Amino acid sequence: MGQIVDVNDLSRSFGGKRALDGVSFRATAGQVYGLVGANGAGKTTLLKHLLGLLRATTGSVRVFGLDPVRDPVGVLSRIGYLSEERELPEWMRVDELMDFTRAFHPTWDASYARELLESFALDPSKKVKELSKGMRAQAGLIAAVAHRPALLILDEPSSGLDAMVRRDILDAIVRTVADDGRMVIFSSHLLDEVERMSDHVTMLHAGRVTLSGALDEVREGYQRTRVRFADHFDQPPVLDAALALEGGGRLWSAVHNEPLDRFQHAVSALGGEVFESRHATLEEIFLARAGRSRQPVEAA
Amino acid sequence: MDISINVTDGVPIYRQIVNQVKYLVASGLLRPGEELPPIRTLALQLKVTPNTIVKAYGELETAGVVHKRQGSGTYVSEERPRLANRERQRIIEQRIDALLAEAHQLNFTADDIFRMVRERKAALDPRTTAEPADVEK
Repeated sequence: MGQIVDVNDLSRSFGGKRALDGVSFRATAGQVYGLVGANGAGKTTLLKHLLGLLRATTGSVRVFGLDPVRDPVGVLSRIGYLSEERELPEWMRVDELMDFTRAFHPTWDASYARELLESFALDPSKKVKELSKGMRAQAGLIAAVAHRPALLILDEPSSGLDAMVRRDILDAIVRTVADDGRMVIFSSHLLDEVERMSDHVTMLHAGRVTLSGALDEVREGYQRTRVRFADHFDQPPVLDAALALEGGGRLWSAVHNEPLDRFQHAVSALGGEVFESRHATLEEIFLARAGRSRQPVEAA
Repeated sequence: MDISINVTDGVPIYRQIVNQVKYLVASGLLRPGEELPPIRTLALQLKVTPNTIVKAYGELETAGVVHKRQGSGTYVSEERPRLANRERQRIIEQRIDALLAEAHQLNFTADDIFRMVRERKAALDPRTTAEPADVEK
């Protein structure tokens, strides 16, 4: 199956402040895309462009080959969306919310919606405004997935939820991909969740893509290596080969994307020795990159 | 199937699954001919993207640990996996390096370790002596 999302060199400013700066992003059916970055990095702004809620200042956005601003019906009917704020009509009852959402989506799967309502133990006669935070997320999730959208977009779906409801959300992602080969784009600040659920990861920092690629390839490009220096350092020593250094005294751990032999060379120039090395976790890579480089890095 | 994923130790998730299935097969907890869970089921259980399970099962199939049946499922192979010699050696060497490092730390000599390996082997499998286990080709 082909490419579904194609964002090319997208920039967007709000009141003179750059929210997105030359962002390119492509996504293919059957895959899960994780979007990570600090608050204000541009994740929500990027997602809103896919939904046609924002118009590109420069660059282009295509979803299903269409411009979401010019053809909102053609795009939105095939997207399921759960926003971080979970904006839902407060006055509706849960069953009314389902009927309301169904009216926009000819592909609505009523038995799937019912199954989810039951498994979440949501009371259909309850008003949206009476729902707890977790129940709101569950109701919003059903509304987002029950029409079996070709593209499911979740903006910080786990934000503020307990472990039980987070599992429901992750289940919905797995089912979307496993049952019908559809695709999911989700943003999250929970990096372990992104590491588990994503096939691809895109990291935004201050409106720019700092890292993007297949998760396994990204991960394989970065190592975390322990270093022992002959000298005692109170501050992290200047070591260009390392993206981040943690520790103190003679013992430090470095995250680096230089090959180990090159890294070792740089360390010995500082009078250090390299000890065990392993692949860095996504969280370690994220912290190392966010703390440092502004340079875009493309993974293989 | 009882598999646990740890995202803090830097090992890719598909590799953790591959390693644990190999272990389950090697230890007899999974027997030849038994079916592995469908991709969707295991993905739901582990809360990982289904493509990771696809990748792990693919690697296990390449390694000869499991095989797929057309339109059916994934099954533990009847024969023992035939890993390339280099791969077999690499896996064991990694374990030995870790063991020797730990032993050095705790003041055991290499001879202590050889003796203890033989003793453990005898304790785990009373039917065999301390001879090296037959290696299937």
